Amino acid sequence: MPRLNLEDLKKIKDSVEDSMRLREGGFRARVNVHMGTCGIASGARNILTAVMDEIAKRETKDVVMVTSGCAGLCNREPMVTVEILGSSPVKYVDVTPEKMREIFAEHVVGGKVVEKYALSRGSEATF
Amino acid sequence: MQDLSLHILDIVENSLSAGAHRVEIRIEEDLKADWMTLEIVDDGAGMDEGMMQKILDPFFTTKTTRRVGLGLPFLAEACRESNGEMTLQSSPGKGTTVKAAFQHSHIDRKPLGKIGDTLIAILAGHPELDLRYEHRKDGADFILDTREIRAALGHVPLNAPPIISALRTQILSALSELGI
Repeated sequence: MPRLNLEDLKKIKDSVEDSMRLREGGFRARVNVHMGTCGIASGARNILTAVMDEIAKRETKDVVMVTSGCAGLCNREPMVTVEILGSSPVKYVDVTPEKMREIFAEHVVGGKVVEKYALSRGSEATF
Repeated sequence: MQDLSLHILDIVENSLSAGAHRVEIRIEEDLKADWMTLEIVDDGAGMDEGMMQKILDPFFTTKTTRRVGLGLPFLAEACRESNGEMTLQSSPGKGTTVKAAFQHSHIDRKPLGKIGDTLIAILAGHPELDLRYEHRKDGADFILDTREIRAALGHVPLNAPPIISALRTQILSALSELGI
């Protein structure tokens, strides 16, 4: 019967603990993938996978990925909100995995909003 | 929804919105009896009789951002399309159980889809959730329980990138062994 290999997870846990001690605390950026029924139906799960891949590939330590419910603009899903500490959150619409990788590189890592994919820049910073 | 794994993700998001701390997903594929059953059990707020009567109305929702609630009506339709049915059990304070049954070989039964990706999406998006997943297919089974994972990880969060990446690899491999 297939089972998870908990021993492998324990080994990875030790290296994660080391990097947690080194990090100064707190995240620099938050990527929120909207997962309402509309988002899920239009491909939000693939966006989530793309974000996780980028975080793993770049070994990024200061970016957190979160999910939330429907943002209320169902016909523009999948939607992602990117929030950089100290800046207004930016909502991206009609996101695809390819666009998400571009947004990750240019905005999440590079700090530059990808205006051609953005809907709005809000003022309701959440952290 | 394209496949059942997306329906499952959607229903679990409902459970979380209802304040669930523990969600159990049980899938059973009985090829001999030609049935596939799916059960999602949560310990969220639950629903009273009044809400239970409205919940399958696509124009009823508890959300304030929109005026439709399509997740459960869509799943009920997916069951009907494959000669099955969906039932709900719920009571206030005691959580909700969604049971969906499908004729396994029915030409219109939606495929299960990437259930591994759905599990990872739930774990990554809601690392605090207690999740148990049981999948039985013709005598073989795969069980995932976040309680066991947390016991192995100690205080390291489940959604730490190296952990979630390793979990993804393991889950996909285990499901592949089960022929999923």
